[in-house]
Amino acid sequence: MTSPDPDIDLRDLVACPTCDALHRLSAVPVGAKAKCSRCHTVLMAPREGAMTQIVMLAATALVLMVAAVFFPFLDLSAAGFAQHSSVLDAITAFSDGLLLPLSFAVALLIVILPALRLMAILYTIGPMMIGHRPLPHAQRAFRLVQTLRPWAMAEIFIVGVAVALVKIAGLATVSVGPAFWAFAALVLVTALKDTFMCKLTVWKTLEDRSAS
Amino acid sequence: MLYSRAPGSLQLVWGWWLAGLIMYIPANIYPMLRTSTLGHETANTIIGGVFELMHHGDYGVALIVFLASVMIPVGKFIAIGYLAVSVRRASAMRLRARQHLYEVVEFIGRWSMLDVFVVAILSALVQFKFVANIHPGIAAVSFALSVAFTMLSAQSFDSRLIWDADEAAQE
Repeated sequence: MTSPDPDIDLRDLVACPTCDALHRLSAVPVGAKAKCSRCHTVLMAPREGAMTQIVMLAATALVLMVAAVFFPFLDLSAAGFAQHSSVLDAITAFSDGLLLPLSFAVALLIVILPALRLMAILYTIGPMMIGHRPLPHAQRAFRLVQTLRPWAMAEIFIVGVAVALVKIAGLATVSVGPAFWAFAALVLVTALKDTFMCKLTVWKTLEDRSAS
Repeated sequence: MLYSRAPGSLQLVWGWWLAGLIMYIPANIYPMLRTSTLGHETANTIIGGVFELMHHGDYGVALIVFLASVMIPVGKFIAIGYLAVSVRRASAMRLRARQHLYEVVEFIGRWSMLDVFVVAILSALVQFKFVANIHPGIAAVSFALSVAFTMLSAQSFDSRLIWDADEAAQE
């Protein structure tokens, strides 16, 4: 056991979340990237005005989400029949009997969890963007943002639509509706927002602002 | 109570891994999709759906579906199993390579949900009364569960264990 070095500020110590190597990381300049020296995981990558960008993109994504769910998604016509489907129809497709839990799961994965995640991001970062103190339970909300990330599957749904289109191309004529484009834009905006978001910077800011 | 490593991480990994594997069996045996055209009903399993796409000449899409519903799940079972075994004993594979394997597993595992969404979209779209109907089969449920369980298995794995084994070996 070595006694702690008095010169080291404990707040500057950062353990890599992937491999647990300990780093001294006092100030990372804006635009630079701090990587773990052992496993090369990006520890910190602060960006100029990132908070504003994240909040704007998350708000955009939420608006697009509403459009994507309620507008017609795909139009199908075959032998004089026509069928308009929205995302809502795709969700309720499983609603007969035994498959009901599946329809619930699909709703969760493509609409509810992505929407919840966006709202949690707005709740956490929104007040900090305008220099306000974090709202109560902001830390819990941001933890939720990270937990939900793998379970928000909007982009997989888009590829699923493409595969489904090919499968029924021989059976009927299909055209995509406005909601399809809203959904595609939503996927792009979400991906962009996630690359802007530096977890460690958000955690540090949350900590600083909550304490003061 | 504070722990420096997720307690019972490996037990959780194996538990979810096994649950995922069990659900993967009915997912391949039972039909994923029931198509009825003019009173004539055909049922397709996962592999059956891939063959049908190939039959129509859509090789690219057949490959995507094959990757998402066969290659990725099977590869994931092997990869997670290997990672969980290799933290307990010395492994030939380099540390960084194993870390990389874990990241790939975490990133790519969710894409297996693809086929479930395809089934959902098809059943929502193709509802033409007597002419053509598509209904989801029971395999869609077990496949969705299998994917969810293996995602939980990958998430339970504490990647720091990979590096702990190395530190222990150096001492």
